Amino acid sequence: MAVRSTFPAGLALDAHKQQACGAPIIELPQPPRVALALDQGSGYSAEPVVAVGATVAIGTLVARANHPYASALHSPLAGTVAAIETRDAATEGGRSVCIVIESDGSGRIDHRVRQAEGAASLSPDELIQWLRDAGIAGLGGAGFPTATKLAAGRARGTQTLVLNGAECEPWICSDDALMRSAADEVVLGAILLRRAAGAERCVIAIEDDKPAAIAAVTHAIERQRNAAQGDHDQRDDELTLAVVPAVYPQGAERQLITTVAGIEIRSGSLPADAGVICQNVATAAAVARWATRGEPILSRVVTVTGSGVEHPCNVRAPIGTPLSALIAAAGGYRGTPLRLIAGGSMTGRALPSDEVGVTKAMNCVLVATREDIGSRLGAVEMPCIRCGDCANVCPVGLLPQQLHRAAVADAHDSLRELGVRDCIDCGLCDYVCPSQIPLADRFRDARRRLNEADAMAARAADARQRHETRTHRLLEAAAAEQQAFESVRNRVRQSGDDPAGGTG
Amino acid sequence: MRFDTSPAPHVIAGYTVPRVMFQVLLALVPAGIAHVALFGPGLLLQLSVACVTALLTEAAALRWRGRDAVPALKDGSVLVTAFLLAFSVPPLLPWWLGALGTALAVLLGKHVFGGLGQNPFNPAMVGYAILLVSFPAEMTRWPVPLDVDGTHTWPELARLSFASFYGADLTSHWDGYTGATALDSIRNGLALRYTLPELLGRGDIAGEFGARGFAWINLAALAGGIYLMARGIVRWHIPVAVLAGLLVPSFIAHALDSGGALAPTLQAFSGATMLAAFFIATDPVSAATSDRGRLWYGAGIGLIAWIIRTWGGYPDGFAFAVLLLNLAVPFIDRYTVPRIYGR
Repeated sequence: MAVRSTFPAGLALDAHKQQACGAPIIELPQPPRVALALDQGSGYSAEPVVAVGATVAIGTLVARANHPYASALHSPLAGTVAAIETRDAATEGGRSVCIVIESDGSGRIDHRVRQAEGAASLSPDELIQWLRDAGIAGLGGAGFPTATKLAAGRARGTQTLVLNGAECEPWICSDDALMRSAADEVVLGAILLRRAAGAERCVIAIEDDKPAAIAAVTHAIERQRNAAQGDHDQRDDELTLAVVPAVYPQGAERQLITTVAGIEIRSGSLPADAGVICQNVATAAAVARWATRGEPILSRVVTVTGSGVEHPCNVRAPIGTPLSALIAAAGGYRGTPLRLIAGGSMTGRALPSDEVGVTKAMNCVLVATREDIGSRLGAVEMPCIRCGDCANVCPVGLLPQQLHRAAVADAHDSLRELGVRDCIDCGLCDYVCPSQIPLADRFRDARRRLNEADAMAARAADARQRHETRTHRLLEAAAAEQQAFESVRNRVRQSGDDPAGGTG
Repeated sequence: MRFDTSPAPHVIAGYTVPRVMFQVLLALVPAGIAHVALFGPGLLLQLSVACVTALLTEAAALRWRGRDAVPALKDGSVLVTAFLLAFSVPPLLPWWLGALGTALAVLLGKHVFGGLGQNPFNPAMVGYAILLVSFPAEMTRWPVPLDVDGTHTWPELARLSFASFYGADLTSHWDGYTGATALDSIRNGLALRYTLPELLGRGDIAGEFGARGFAWINLAALAGGIYLMARGIVRWHIPVAVLAGLLVPSFIAHALDSGGALAPTLQAFSGATMLAAFFIATDPVSAATSDRGRLWYGAGIGLIAWIIRTWGGYPDGFAFAVLLLNLAVPFIDRYTVPRIYGR
């Protein structure tokens, strides 16, 4: 395995984080209704286990994860299921089936939500199962079920668990706020996750532009060690903090692993294959909330920021809360908001409506005015002059200018060879391009076409295989029939007795 | 409330092609000042005819191709071509040759391949090479620079420049004011079996550290080039490789044969060395793609320029060296693809 202390290139971007990060996290009140998208950001949907009209309490399971990439959903409200329908959602494609729950104001808590006593004494496999049941998923932005990742790590043998607190993308500071205010939860979650993964060590990685979070986590690690002094089982000396340079995209999974562990993840393989598992710090905090309060994921911290809101801030919002309620908590709209973006300015998804509900993967709501995104809105695409600025910043070491030619020509072999599937969609090439070519979107499009072509080729290969098997089977059947016929005929001829009247 | 959507990223740095091109033009100013101070205002005449011709040709070519001319004219790339060509040709070139060279540079160097970003060759060098092989006499006639001796003055050079620009016969009135370049004189002298110390000892070819006249232009171009590198417009790979490709062999050759091989300092500060290293070879459209490829590309240009200067039929070799390496770019690119993360 190639060893590289840092990933190729990257770029220091304007952070835009101070706007929202000053004040403490605002606890959002329970909204009158929530819309829980069955796809919470991973691209895979859970299956509803409640019907319209059903009564639910806080913490009641409303959708089950039948696919390893989907996560279970629990009601953050006590009330009734008002609808299960397709709505605008913060997911791929912008639409998802949502369970709409209306509050009855009672605040009843499901009796199955209980003190998860003795989480520390559970076996790793039990822990993983419990995390799956609690619907715990990657809160860093991917929404990928934590249990599935941990199980993959256990199956392959994990040395290092990396807790991602890099938060490299501009505008987002929900992890920063969480680490400052709940560092003990992060540390407790880290210890549980490390045990569940069977990892030898755990490294919490934080970018060097977050001194307050670094201090808070450092103290929390010390407190944990002091509290567990003498108790050998509880003390965790293999939990350390790594301060990493604030370079975008430092928080991208593979890039962060390279920085922290000094290893490079092979193209086409998983970090787990190299003995590394990456989890977000907010996910760790959610694990701790589950372990100490028995609470599945019912809420998350979201940064509400941008020039389009009055008072940028961080809020803890119940999952499914309409974004309009978050924006109201930030003092409402200001000026002329042009885009509502789930995530940061580099990779965030523009949403069609502020009635969309918060998802587990949503770490930030960026309400952007012309001040924030004018550069993109005013962009005029010009021909590529092959200046190579894109290649100089690519954190994967790709040649975006060559990829662009291949994408425009839809040349599948070149796209594959030049690594369009190794692209992590960070958008940096796009960001620096002086010809203002929307490279990231071109590459997304090229990947989609490539996947379609591959699926088509696989179907064709499958069909050919089926046809060949069928032909072979028919030929064999015919041959067997022929053989049977001849053996009968031979037998008849040998016996000299011809039942068919001797014409044979 | 409903919103429009658009794909990520939602913000860009706002670098633009015109800004890049403008910085390149700005970085040429010191070399231009040195040029005008030492060789008279001929450069300004060449610049004006080249710029006008380039803009007109670009507009006409875009019209013929059915494209919108306005954004392409505003991008500034055609002006960079015009500037580089004007800096490369002798300041005494009659205007129609400047116009012809520029028009051919824009048409044959750029638009026949599909315009901006599509040309495999450096357009300015295409124009220069055509002029050089077609009009060798006009393309090697330079004014004697002012730092050679004090016998003629800048106003005289100005009159010479205008006369030559409009096509006057220079042999009658202006004999003694024009001559070959330093590299050309050295070539011819060496061919006549003079030794290098003899030639340089005359003092009218080269001074302390470089060719008469050209040394200052090269120094100013170097300053402009360093400015471009400091602004991040040009990365170091190509200029450093070009200079290494030229200077390393010349250092070795000079060490072995100081009577016949030019010293590295003279190579560096004569002819088009710095202009080529920082402004011509760095044209990204026709250069190699990756950093490693650009090192090979630059080194190849420097080496071939040295070979042409040493053994070739032309006094300076950069135009042909650049065109030859332009030709080699697909080959270089094929073997210098950077390693992708994880592969």
